[in-house]
Amino acid sequence: MKQRLFSDTSLLLVFSAVILLMPMWTAPLGAAYPDLLQQFAIYGIFAIGFNILFGLTGYLSFGHAAFLGVGSYAAVWSFKLFTMNAIPAVFFGVVFAGILALIIGYLSLRRSGIYFSILTLAFAQMSYNLAYSVLTPITNGETGLQLSINDPRWIDALYKVAGEGLPSTNLFGIKMSGYPGFYLCAVLLIVCFFISLRIFRSPFGLMLRGIKSNQNRMSYTGLNTRPYMLAAFVISGMFAGLAGSLLAVTDPLAGAERMQWTASGEVVLMTILGGVGTLIGPMLGAGLIKYFENIFSSFNSHMLHDAFSFLPDGLENLVVDFVGLFVGGGWQLTLGLLFVIVVIFLPGGIVEGFQRIGRAFRPRRNDDTPSPQNQQSE
Amino acid sequence: MDSILLQLLNGLDKGAAYALIALGLTLVFGTLGIVNFAHGAIFMLGAFCAVTFDKLIGYSTKIRDVSITAFPAYKEEAYLKIWFGDTGETIIDYAVPLAIIASIPIMLFVGYAMERGLIRHFYKRPHADQILVTFGLAIVIQEIVKATFGANPIPLAAPEILSGSANIGHWFGLGDTIVYPWWRLVYLGFSSVVIFAVFGFLQFTTYGMVVRAGMRDRETVGLLGINIERRFTIVFAIATLVAGVAGVMYTPILPPDYHMGMEFLVLSFVVVVVGGMGSLGGAVLAGFLLGIVQSFASMNEVKNIIPGIDQIIIYLVAVVILLTLPRGLMGRAGVMED
Repeated sequence: MKQRLFSDTSLLLVFSAVILLMPMWTAPLGAAYPDLLQQFAIYGIFAIGFNILFGLTGYLSFGHAAFLGVGSYAAVWSFKLFTMNAIPAVFFGVVFAGILALIIGYLSLRRSGIYFSILTLAFAQMSYNLAYSVLTPITNGETGLQLSINDPRWIDALYKVAGEGLPSTNLFGIKMSGYPGFYLCAVLLIVCFFISLRIFRSPFGLMLRGIKSNQNRMSYTGLNTRPYMLAAFVISGMFAGLAGSLLAVTDPLAGAERMQWTASGEVVLMTILGGVGTLIGPMLGAGLIKYFENIFSSFNSHMLHDAFSFLPDGLENLVVDFVGLFVGGGWQLTLGLLFVIVVIFLPGGIVEGFQRIGRAFRPRRNDDTPSPQNQQSE
Repeated sequence: MDSILLQLLNGLDKGAAYALIALGLTLVFGTLGIVNFAHGAIFMLGAFCAVTFDKLIGYSTKIRDVSITAFPAYKEEAYLKIWFGDTGETIIDYAVPLAIIASIPIMLFVGYAMERGLIRHFYKRPHADQILVTFGLAIVIQEIVKATFGANPIPLAAPEILSGSANIGHWFGLGDTIVYPWWRLVYLGFSSVVIFAVFGFLQFTTYGMVVRAGMRDRETVGLLGINIERRFTIVFAIATLVAGVAGVMYTPILPPDYHMGMEFLVLSFVVVVVGGMGSLGGAVLAGFLLGIVQSFASMNEVKNIIPGIDQIIIYLVAVVILLTLPRGLMGRAGVMED
């Protein structure tokens, strides 16, 4: 048994502290504004949930965006029909995503490997295309589902008179935009992290790992693996639904593009980039990708000229032109290069990078435990 | 009746495009065991080969316009036309078909460099790593193309003689209502030729036989003293070439932009998997099947009965096939099933 650096309790405490203090330590990185922090937390939940399926069982779902989208739609409908309170919205988002995950999972889990991936992809793309076309009465098609003044909001209508303009989402009176919204997401992220931690350490989690390493052997022991797989699939779908509903809570609109395969692909990349099957990795990957998406894309040539103004003029223009390829509109180039570099040099994602750094600073022991690379080449 | 025939043609045409890309994908799957997410980007790269070629041979300069004598007028004239007269003009007109010849060495080189430089290190890595690295590569290729050519689609014209429509109905005595763009017919024919060429290469040459044996069991082939890795590298280059020329030929149908590859990629993955992992015939069959099914679903008569069916039919068919046939249409047992 590998000795852990932290006990689970202290891991959770450290994690909570890091998440809750995010507005402080992200400030030097230029990321300390609530919209981005909300995205960190929300996509962290999404990736943590995805990791429960992919990291533990090895089943690569390419359709998790469908659950994200359904969570958003359910949340916005809850705002429209019942109340602007965030709790029912989150509840409905999770429940509907869970139901959809149950259906899709029940069908898709009949196959394994790439056949499973393509089945989930097909279901998600069907949901996306339907949301765009036939389901327009429910999803409002291309425009996306939005709040409007004339929404019934039955529960809210019982208690208070509708004010002027669009009401905003709230949690018992606290407006859910800006930092309060972030703290709601952050608390839920910590809860999700705790759940994921418990799953990783539980017999259920062990069972899922067993399925990953050898499903046949698990079956030979007389175990029906399907219910376990389905449970993992539904749990991870519900995490995605939660993330989707939080997207709607912080910004009450839902569009079909959230269900597109690119969104599914994004969460796959987040998880792999951070480190598949690790507790903290998916969160790191999600944060990194969102950081790139928001910060690198906002650089423009003016800012670059400022940054490199210490160089002589000719050289400055050259450097700015070159760096300009990688930031601003070209931020994806940096992201692509990052994917390539990380996967070549750090097969276990960012987490493995940290582990290597940690190992370098610790005194070397003379035991003959095989290093991960030896295991892989077997 | 007419519309059914027309949709059949449409379907064959779409199917040909899917089949060509899926063929390359499944070749790479089958030989190297690599999930190549950069395949769509290679398709796009092929299309931009045509764009570059078109720009190069159309390179022009300002010359004196002699037809206007009243005042000194100037006009843009391509160098080729100045040098070779009408022959030069014909060459410019046939830029797209000629770009195929130009793209062959480029695509082979791209494929070879990609395999030797990057993919080679990922044979034994998990599929997740392969997906991430090829996806990253695809993004890099896309962004470089975007930085070079801009984000807008660049239209290219088919040769003038092929730019109109063919009166197919007239050929078969079915009346004049069935007309179909010439270039799409050419594309269909071209795809068939390429598909048959690839199959012929694998089926009827010694080289192809060794490759097929390697697909079955690379270790045994290696033990027989054959350098199977080198052959697989060449197969990878061929797969790249197939995607590349498919991209070149597709330019007059769809003006290329930098993200056209991604759109095709997902569909071709569906096609490959529906066809069955590791089966070339399956990929081609599934490509044509899905193409035809999709065009029939987009007929108004069908749409009136089941609204929205045209949007989901491909995925619906894929789901039904995968749930009834465990390994797609013609998949082999044990390939990418875990």
